[in-house]
Amino acid sequence: MTNLVYNEMLKVVRKKRLLIVASIIAVLVALFTYAQFRHVQDVQKRLGTSDWRTQLQQQIIDTQNRLNSSGLAEEWRKFLQIRLQQQQYYLDHDINPSAPGAPTFMRMFVENSIELFLPLMIMVVVADLVSSEASGGTIKLLLTRPVKRWKVLLSKYIAMLLSVSFIVLLLALLSYLISGAVFGYGGWNLPLLTGFTINGEELNTTNVHLIAQWKYLLVELSLAWFVSVVVGTLTFMLSVLMRSTAAVMGVMLAALISGAILSSMVSSWQSAKYLFMVNLSLTDYISGTAPPITGMTLGFSMSVLAVWGLVALFVSFIVFTKRDVY
Amino acid sequence: MRETLIVQEVRKAIGKKEIIKGLSFTLKEGEVFGFLGPNGAGKTTTIRMLVGLIKPTSGCITICGFDLQRQFSEAIRHIGCIVENPELYPYLSGWENLEHFARMVPNISKERIQEVVELVGLQNRIHDRVRTYSLGMRQRLGIAQALLGKPKVLILDEPTNGLDPVGIREMREFIRFLAEKEGLSVLVSSHLLSEIQLMCDRVAIMAKGQIIRIDTVDNLLKEQARTAWKVEPLEKAKSLLEKETTILAERDGMLITYYEAKKLAEWNDMLVREGIRVSEIHPKLPTLEDLFIELTGGETID
Repeated sequence: MTNLVYNEMLKVVRKKRLLIVASIIAVLVALFTYAQFRHVQDVQKRLGTSDWRTQLQQQIIDTQNRLNSSGLAEEWRKFLQIRLQQQQYYLDHDINPSAPGAPTFMRMFVENSIELFLPLMIMVVVADLVSSEASGGTIKLLLTRPVKRWKVLLSKYIAMLLSVSFIVLLLALLSYLISGAVFGYGGWNLPLLTGFTINGEELNTTNVHLIAQWKYLLVELSLAWFVSVVVGTLTFMLSVLMRSTAAVMGVMLAALISGAILSSMVSSWQSAKYLFMVNLSLTDYISGTAPPITGMTLGFSMSVLAVWGLVALFVSFIVFTKRDVY
Repeated sequence: MRETLIVQEVRKAIGKKEIIKGLSFTLKEGEVFGFLGPNGAGKTTTIRMLVGLIKPTSGCITICGFDLQRQFSEAIRHIGCIVENPELYPYLSGWENLEHFARMVPNISKERIQEVVELVGLQNRIHDRVRTYSLGMRQRLGIAQALLGKPKVLILDEPTNGLDPVGIREMREFIRFLAEKEGLSVLVSSHLLSEIQLMCDRVAIMAKGQIIRIDTVDNLLKEQARTAWKVEPLEKAKSLLEKETTILAERDGMLITYYEAKKLAEWNDMLVREGIRVSEIHPKLPTLEDLFIELTGGETID
């Protein structure tokens, strides 16, 4: 089995797909770093001074005043206290909240790429994993070895998992390294708000608390990895079903883009929440953004994705082991 | 001689249409077996069934005593094959391609890879990318990968397709060498009759999903031998000969009849007595092409 996986990884690497993906990510990260840099400059100019400490101090005083006023709902009071803690941390640790370090940039990049960019990169690498063997005719050589078909496919699936993990890692690393050159590499312990829940239309802040940025990032990266594996598995199935890599990419692209569009407009179409592509933005649940359709939770989205992934895996193996190869 | 490949009553249906209608044949050690038929006769489908790419609807394929359906790995280990074109990974070198396939078979050493490379004579270019190979070199690399696992049965689908005349001759000699010196059973398919005639010991003639006939090449050719007559005047001779035998064809001023050794002198005598000048009588072996057309009732080859 190790030999088979080695073979598959060799092919992935030698096809240079990973290299292409790495360069795309590098270019995009550099681009966004520059955009973010300009944004920070802009904000500082608007605030008049580069002295953000006075600004923050003012905000803290504001918050304290509001906390002292009577008739404040208990829940809101708690939320404000947490905010106060966060602001105090910024001040104590000399962190400019509007000019964050590389870990913050990395977090934002992961959050923004989980729905479309990351799945697209996964697709580029996974789409031709099986279909290229069919269209290149090498499948005939692969399947006439003394190795059972399910083992051949499993080795490919493992290669897919490895490539996907590598891409997620690459995304994290590149965004950290490149943006750090501009924003500095600090900020791992920055406290962040999490624990939002959404009840109906309302944001419930009862469970909101602070966690360190590195923990937050770890959670987000695992979620991004989970999404990538599911998208990878779906692409993998299409790659088994179709001979043409272009067709695989076309179908996957259509699904992903329709997901991005649907998420912003289907709040009244309830059953759309069972489509995998509207469930990709898992990190939104952590940061407290309202989901596209009410009633969706992190657990729900993950289950939907898991079911889609398992079905795709099952279909891939059944079709691949039973099919006549012409 | 031991039988290495046994095919019994193999059928394949796609939907309701049966495309392979009950094939049975065996391959013996050290022989080259030809599979001859026009395009669409079912040669490639049959070969794909022999190497496990297509599941037969019914029937049984046994390779060196192992059932292909139930003991796939054990059975397929004894087969080396090229199905249609020798398609390898163009972005890897020849050597890497061989290593890739060697990793899928237990216990293939570097020495074995080197051995097959030398056997097919690719030493000079083996570390170049396959993308840069000519068709002939790809074909040789294809054979190298087929031989990697020391198979007992070698299955080659149209092995001379696209090769130049020198390449075709080399391939032919190589296939004969493998059968005679290495004791492999080689199954070769072709729609080129001259090819089969030159390199095979036995041949199965296939048309419309059935084997019409299996025999040694010698036998097939012998029993269908012809006689060519160069005579003058042609018309008179024709009418005279027609009373005795069948005129099969009239070509280049020659009459073609069956070859019947005992009657030849008699017929000649008769012609001469009627005042016909006989300037040439010679026995003529038919090409497999003639044979094929006869057996299939005039179906064209291509």
